[in-house]
Amino acid sequence: MSTNAKDLPKDLQNPLKRARGLGSAQFGVGHWWTQRVTAAGLILLGLWFVVLVLGLLHADYATARATVAKPWNAVLLVAFIVTAFWHAVLGLQVVIEDYVHTRWKEIFLMVAIKFLAVLGVLAGALAVLRIALGA
Amino acid sequence: MAQTQRPLSPHLQIYKWQVQMVTSILHRATGIALAVGTLMVLWGLLSLAAGEDAFNQFKVCTGSPLGMILMIGWTWALFYHLCNGIRHLIQDAGAGYAIAQFVRSSWLSIVISLVLTLLVWAYVLTAGGAA
Repeated sequence: MSTNAKDLPKDLQNPLKRARGLGSAQFGVGHWWTQRVTAAGLILLGLWFVVLVLGLLHADYATARATVAKPWNAVLLVAFIVTAFWHAVLGLQVVIEDYVHTRWKEIFLMVAIKFLAVLGVLAGALAVLRIALGA
Repeated sequence: MAQTQRPLSPHLQIYKWQVQMVTSILHRATGIALAVGTLMVLWGLLSLAAGEDAFNQFKVCTGSPLGMILMIGWTWALFYHLCNGIRHLIQDAGAGYAIAQFVRSSWLSIVISLVLTLLVWAYVLTAGGAA
């Protein structure tokens, strides 16, 4: 067994092992589809939201509060907030992936928009709940 | 990415402007604007929950000239992203890819979004001044 060291392949890893993790993370379809489903939801919720706001144009404080406190309005408002922030994160993620090419900045922004979106959803939902429950 | 000097593919300034380039770019731009706009919705809800003073302050800000300009901008951004979003959903289903249809639906997104914005703000202003 006198094999010269120079004859040995430098990398003993199986080519498949080397390729793994460098390709698709298999999350693409989920992202794409969720963006479409939230979009479909936002067609309805967005139009409803515009109508709600137009109805509140000249409402005083008590009327505005009473309107938001109505069960259907409260439920749809929370649904609107969750769907809007979710859709926004998916969209902004693509923008960041496309334009931010420094890896640490990219990851920082990706995490930052998710933190902000979760805070936004929680704050918005809590505000609606406080109004709906009269707290 | 930036370190390697490779020939670049022709970018925007090479091409003659076409409406479907504009709709594509606007979809992204209005999307970013609307993401910021959700924070405005949030402010309105938080102020409504906080109390009458906070809510009145919110109304003063949105009713100010700058506030109105922003609101008109967000109204159009919402309607444009909505119209063009529906257009994209139809295209995702595989329809509307013939060049003539593609161009026509681009114009439709722009025109309908402008008409809806006009209608909404005509209503806002005739219903007795905003805020």
